[in-house]
Amino acid sequence: MTLPDLWFLLIALFFTGYFVLDGFDFGVGMSLPFLGRDDTDRRVLINTIGPVWDLNETWVIVAGASLFAAFPEWYATVFSGFYLPMLFILLALILRGVSFEYRHQRPDHRWKRNFDTMIFVGSVVPAFLWGFVFANIVRGMPLDAHFDYIGSFGDLWNAFSILGGLATLMLFFTHGLVFVSLKTDGEIRVRARKLAVRAGVATVVVAGAFLVATLVAHGNTLSLILTLATVVALVVAFVANLRGREGVAFAFMAVTIALTVATLFATLFPNTLVATNDPANTMTIANSASAHYTLELMSWISLVFVPLILAYQGFTYWIFRKRVTRAHIAAAAH
Amino acid sequence: MNDILSPLILSRWQFGLTTIYHFLFVPLTIGMGFTVAVFQTAWVRTGRAHYLQLTKFFGKIFLINFAMGVVTGIVQEFQFGMNWSEYSRFVGDVFGAPLALEGLLAFFLEATFLGVWIFGWDRVPKGLHLTAIWGATVGSILSAYFIICANSFMQHPVGYVIDKAKGRAELTDIWAVLTNKVALAAFPHTLFACFMVSAAVIVSVAAWHLYRNQNLETMRPALRFGMWMMVAAGALTLLSGDQLGLAMVETQPMKMASAEALYHTSTGFNASFSIFSLGTPDGSSEIFSLRVPYLLSFLSTHTFDGTVEGIDNLQQQYAAAYGPGDYSPIIWITYWSFRWMMGLGLLAILISVVGLWITRKGRMPKSKWVWRAATWSFPLPLAAMIVGWVFTEMGRQPWLVFGLLKTSAGVSPGTTGVEVLISLVCFTAIYASLAVVEFRLILKAAKAGPEAPTKVDEVTGKLLHEATVY
Ligand code: HDD
Ligand code: HEM
Ligand code: HEM
Repeated sequence: MTLPDLWFLLIALFFTGYFVLDGFDFGVGMSLPFLGRDDTDRRVLINTIGPVWDLNETWVIVAGASLFAAFPEWYATVFSGFYLPMLFILLALILRGVSFEYRHQRPDHRWKRNFDTMIFVGSVVPAFLWGFVFANIVRGMPLDAHFDYIGSFGDLWNAFSILGGLATLMLFFTHGLVFVSLKTDGEIRVRARKLAVRAGVATVVVAGAFLVATLVAHGNTLSLILTLATVVALVVAFVANLRGREGVAFAFMAVTIALTVATLFATLFPNTLVATNDPANTMTIANSASAHYTLELMSWISLVFVPLILAYQGFTYWIFRKRVTRAHIAAAAH
Repeated sequence: MNDILSPLILSRWQFGLTTIYHFLFVPLTIGMGFTVAVFQTAWVRTGRAHYLQLTKFFGKIFLINFAMGVVTGIVQEFQFGMNWSEYSRFVGDVFGAPLALEGLLAFFLEATFLGVWIFGWDRVPKGLHLTAIWGATVGSILSAYFIICANSFMQHPVGYVIDKAKGRAELTDIWAVLTNKVALAAFPHTLFACFMVSAAVIVSVAAWHLYRNQNLETMRPALRFGMWMMVAAGALTLLSGDQLGLAMVETQPMKMASAEALYHTSTGFNASFSIFSLGTPDGSSEIFSLRVPYLLSFLSTHTFDGTVEGIDNLQQQYAAAYGPGDYSPIIWITYWSFRWMMGLGLLAILISVVGLWITRKGRMPKSKWVWRAATWSFPLPLAAMIVGWVFTEMGRQPWLVFGLLKTSAGVSPGTTGVEVLISLVCFTAIYASLAVVEFRLILKAAKAGPEAPTKVDEVTGKLLHEATVY
């Protein structure tokens, strides 16, 4: 494996970290109107991710910055090519982020409801758009010789990319619901599990359809194997949830999301972005990567720091392992 | 019409606007994180209740502000690709590395440990909880370092070669990038200026309460602490600013020439003119040390005429080296921003020096004007920082990466004016409304004052940490 190949893998890994972790944050945010019957309920929901949403979101910063460093051409094409989708993701993340912090600053009802809406919107929009963007990347885009996207915003909307968006939306929603049932207790836990069953059915259909569509249009042997594994993981998660095995269900939802990312990257390999208009303009790992020195440097840094980061993040999850309950919220300050 | 929808002009406005906006919150995050960590350390070591109150009180202000720093920061990172894709292609190999380092080493640390700090009051032992706030603070300071290394590469590119075939810069020496002489001066300068910002907020808040004769037991020490912090951080800011000036004259003489523009046309040739001559770094450093008081005395000179010898000389040299074109920034911006940076900062320091004198040995002044001045001093260092950055970034123009890439060549070619207009309008609207919300919340928290600790251990009589939830 060459260094650029390794970095292709690492970028996939960073995005996997992001989607697995912030994925359930999005799901929790989306669940607010469905599971939160009153303010205390909604606070229970928000507090399941309270201590960790920021570190989860930081994965996208690291993924983006690593993409910038390791594949500047890819970073430049994707972020400028998806100008408006990226803008909407940013706006959503802004609304969501401030809402967590500002929602509890004032007691009045309307204030809180406004921020609840912002959390919901701020979760739905990126959950859809990330799938939308990645589906378009897998599908390929018209590029000029300079690797600049030459289509319009409207061209990004096609059945495949919309299906991709719906797939991540449903995956994250179910992931979040399973997470809620794992992290809360009492009635809300039961409600979350029940909703996860229903959402799970829709997820199996939509995500399954997206993966099959990916395979049919762009697949190779590796992505075939990964697709099968993804579907199996999703079904296992679904069954585990039915049986009330929350931990197993959550783990397999995480595996499902990781394998989905893996499938998409495997489908791309060894390209980074196919030019649909002219094969000569296709971006590959080789022609979009940084030079050797930067990649080697980044490899050493990742080798040293990623394990350390995983360790202290794991420790944080361990500190906040207890289930969040209504009693816990009622007893706390504010 | 073409001009209004020029992606270049709109992107520049957007980048300037969003970065300045990001930087409204960053200094307080960095400075206040540090102060809260200091208060908490004092509480852990002495066990005195008022330190805990101060920790929680300023901690709350810190958190309200922090949220905005985070959400506006992500915009910055995405924008390089969205609006400046040509730039990203050109420097990604070099510039991406410090950004990735920032994410891996700084942001992860900050985000993770802050979560532990906010929600960990009742969950983790005291020592670990204290470590969490220090971890987050170190993270924020590290992030400033890495981002300034990235920025300094744009001011003074080092540690790279140009790959002609690929038409891009490639990293050859990360150490050179991380020890760029501009970065080594700009980092302490910015860091200490951040401390000035938080010191000013502490002074203002404390003065507001003291003038109303309330919360004396917490606010009196807070006031003195804030003023000492302001004086110390202020002195260090000035010292490092002097160093930064030296580095700037050496690496970007045009910027210094532009900062002095008014001075020249109004007085003609005089001693400090030789600052602008190239190739005598020693001579210029000597003159530079004379320059500072001289400049300040010129703050009140209002005549302005854009053509200056120094700039013309440099213009000729640059035109010879880089081809025809205009190589000077917008003079009135560099000129005034440089002066306002120094003036506002010095005023903030002055207020604290005077304040320390009139509150010596527990004295409390009666005049309401003294208290008013102290209460309204909080925007001064922040404003100084903002104009300082405007100076740095606008003074670099027309270059995006000095000597290598012009700003006009960095913009995304595929992005249309309409798209950038949409994003600019969205950011402006959302940022404006959030600014109002955040300012009101901080004001509310500041006016409410510190809460008395409520939970006490019945057996030992010690204060207990309370659970925090969103
Ligand atoms: C409270 C804020 C504050 C105060 C009081 C000062 N500065 Fe400053 N200055 C900044 C905050 C700042 C800043 C916003 O943080 C900048 C922008 C870029 C940077 O690295 O720091 C800056 C930039 C900056 C630069 C431009 C560097 C470049 O573009 O390469 C110079 C030469 C100085 N400063 C010099 C000074 C001097 C001589 C000061 C004392 C009289 C001074 N500054 C006070
Ligand atoms: C945080 C303090 C900063 C402020 C307030 C600031 C402000 C500005 C402003 C006002 C512009 C617009 C200049 C113009 O219109 O031409 C600008 C441009 C730019 N700055 Fe900064 N900047 C800051 C830090 C940084 C840092 C740390 C970086 C790099 C990591 C950076 C990268 C850029 C880039 C890429 C541009 C390009 C756009 C242009 O030149 O117009 N800035 N900045
Ligand atoms: C001198 C200029 C700057 C300094 C000192 C600075 C420092 C900081 C600090 C202290 C935060 C606090 C939030 C946090 O870490 O979570 C932050 C957020 C952030 N900044 Fe800046 N910043 C500067 C300019 C920029 C620029 C130009 C960029 C663009 C690359 C940027 C990218 C970010 C990002 C991505 C975040 C969000 C981090 C998170 O979610 O944890 N910053 N910055």
